[in-house]
Amino acid sequence: MSEDSQILFGLYVPPHPQPLLSPDANAGYANLRAAFETCRKRIEASDADLIIVYSTTWPSVVGHQIQALKESIWTHVDDDFHYLGSMPYNFQIDSDFSHEYCSAAEKRGLHARTVEYEGFPIDTGSVVALSLLNPDNRIPACIVSSNMYANRSETIVLGKAANDALVTQGKKAVVVVVSSLSNRMFTEHIDPSEDRIHSSKDNEWNEKILEFFADGRLEDLSQLSREIHGQIRVQKVVAYKPAWWLAASMGQHNNYEGEVLAYEALHGSGGAVIQLTPSSGSFGDKEFDEDDVEYYQGDRNVLNKGSH
Amino acid sequence: MSKGEIVLGCLAPHPPHLVYAENPPQNEAFSEGGWETLRWGYAKLARKLKTIDYDAIVIFTPHWQTYIGTHFLGLPEFKSKSVDPVFPNLFRYNYDLKVDVELAEAMHEETAKAGIITKMMKNPDFRVDYGTITSCHLLNPSWDKPIVTISSNRNSHYYSNEVMIEQAKALGEACMRAIEKSGKKVVLVSSHSLSHRHFVTEAPLPEDMSREHIYNHSQYVWDMKIIDMFRNGQMKEVVDIMPEYTEQTIAETEAGGLIWMMAAMGVPSYPAEIYGYQSVIGTGNCIACWDPNTETRELVL
Ligand SMILES: [Fe+2]
Repeated sequence: MSEDSQILFGLYVPPHPQPLLSPDANAGYANLRAAFETCRKRIEASDADLIIVYSTTWPSVVGHQIQALKESIWTHVDDDFHYLGSMPYNFQIDSDFSHEYCSAAEKRGLHARTVEYEGFPIDTGSVVALSLLNPDNRIPACIVSSNMYANRSETIVLGKAANDALVTQGKKAVVVVVSSLSNRMFTEHIDPSEDRIHSSKDNEWNEKILEFFADGRLEDLSQLSREIHGQIRVQKVVAYKPAWWLAASMGQHNNYEGEVLAYEALHGSGGAVIQLTPSSGSFGDKEFDEDDVEYYQGDRNVLNKGSH
Repeated sequence: MSKGEIVLGCLAPHPPHLVYAENPPQNEAFSEGGWETLRWGYAKLARKLKTIDYDAIVIFTPHWQTYIGTHFLGLPEFKSKSVDPVFPNLFRYNYDLKVDVELAEAMHEETAKAGIITKMMKNPDFRVDYGTITSCHLLNPSWDKPIVTISSNRNSHYYSNEVMIEQAKALGEACMRAIEKSGKKVVLVSSHSLSHRHFVTEAPLPEDMSREHIYNHSQYVWDMKIIDMFRNGQMKEVVDIMPEYTEQTIAETEAGGLIWMMAAMGVPSYPAEIYGYQSVIGTGNCIACWDPNTETRELVL
C-alpha cells in the first residue's frame, strides 16, 4: 500500500463545454456552473498546492501522457460544439510535479511520458474543468491522459502513482476526474431548453451511482466500473475508468464524505459535479471481487500457453 | 455548366509518422526518415494527381469526431498549428489551407436533404485535424488546391458497424449528387489505416525501422484479404465484409470513410491501383486509388 493520501478532496465533473460557454441556455447548465463555482471556492479555501486532472476526453495511445508545459496557452474549439464559441486558455502547469508523476508511473511498470509542446491540444474536458475551477491560475495544475487501451490494472496503478508523486514532493492536491456519468448524447441538435437525460435507464443508473457517491462509497463504485461501462457507457473505449483512477489515487476505501452538488443533462448525457472528502466513518464492510494491483506487469499473453 | 464528377478516389492513411519522416518545413519535429514503402507510394500517387485536372479535394477524416451529425469545414481559410495529441513528439505542423466553401455548403445542403443531421463549422479558431493535414500534405505537398473536410460521425460507437455503413452510404451518395450539381471535378480522399491496433510503447527513436512490424499476424491476413479485394475490383464484397473486418481488426474503417467514398463513386467494380502497404506503430496502412478513367487507370503494384 502507498503511504497516506496527500489528496485533500476529489471532484468528479462533466467534460461538456455548456457550463463554460452557454450556462444560461438552460437552468441545468446554470446549476452545473454554480456547482463548479462552489468547488472553485472550496479549492481556494483549501491548502492544496496543485490540481491534478484525469481527463476521459484526452485519449492516449503511447502509454500515459502527462502535460508538463509550464505555460499552456491556446484557444480551443470543441469538435461538436464549435458553434457555442471558442475557449481561450492559459494554464500554469506544475512541470516539476508532472515529471515526478511520470517517473512514479514508470516505477510502477507503466509506459508514461510528459508532453511539453507549444500548441498541444488540451482537450475540452480539461479546458472546461480548469477554466471554471482555477480561472486565475491561483495554483498550478497537472493533466493526465486516459490511455484508450488501458484497462483496470493500468488505471489503478496510474492512480496510485499520482499519490506517490505527491508524497515524494510533499505536496497536497485536489484531484479532478473529468467524465460524464451516462455518456450517450442526442445524435441531433436540440433546443437546449429541452435537454434531458437520453433515456430513463441512463437516468436510473446515474441516480444509483450518485447514491453511492453521496454515501462516499468510492471503492464500491470502483468495483462496479465494469458493470457501469456495460450499462450506460457508449463503447468508445475498453472500460469506464474514472472511478478506478479516482479511488486508486485517493486510497481505495469507502471513507468519504460525499456531496452531489449538481446533476443535470448535457445534450442527453449525465453531467454531475461531485465532491468526495476523506473522512473517518466507513460505509459498510465489504469484500471485493476485483484484485488490488501495485505494479503493472503488462498484458498476460495467453495465446502461446496451453497443452501443445 | 457540365456535370461535376469524381475524378479519383484515394485511400490515404494518415499516420503522422509519414509527415515526420519527410521533414517538410511546416513540421517542427526532425527525423532520420522511416516508413519509405508508404512514403514512396504516396510520392507516386502525388505524381499521378499532378497529371489530373481537378478543382478540389474532399476528405473524410476519423480525427474530427462528431457525435451530433456530420460536419463540414465552412470558412475559406484556416491557418494554425496542428499538434497531434497522440504523437506530439512527431507532428507539430504549421498549416495554411484553403477551403472550397461553396462545395462544402452544397454537400451540406444535399446531405441535409437526404435526412442526415449536418452542421457547417464556421468557428475561425477551429483547428483542422491532423488526419486531414497528413493525408493532404502527402497527396498534394504544394497545397495548391482547396479542400473540404467532412467529419466522421461515430455511428459505430453509438449504434453498430452496420448502422455506420448505412449512414456512410447515404452521405456518400448525397455528396456525389452535390458534386454533380456543382460542375466541379473532385478528388475524394478517405483518410485512414486498415487494421488499427497500435503498440502502446514507442521506440526511443520512433523511426527505428528495426522495431516496426504489424501488431499481429491476424491483422496482416485480414489486411491482405481486403487489399486483394481492392485489387480485384470487389468493392461490393468489401462493403459486405466491412462489419466483420472492422470488428476483427479494430480497423480505422470504423469511422466510415471507405464506405462513404465507395458509395459516392457508385461502388466501383474495377481494380484499385495499389501504391503500398506497411505497418506504422503496429497498424496496417495501404495507399490505394480508384481511377474511374479507363485510359489512365494502371497496374501500379
Ligand atoms: Fe488515425
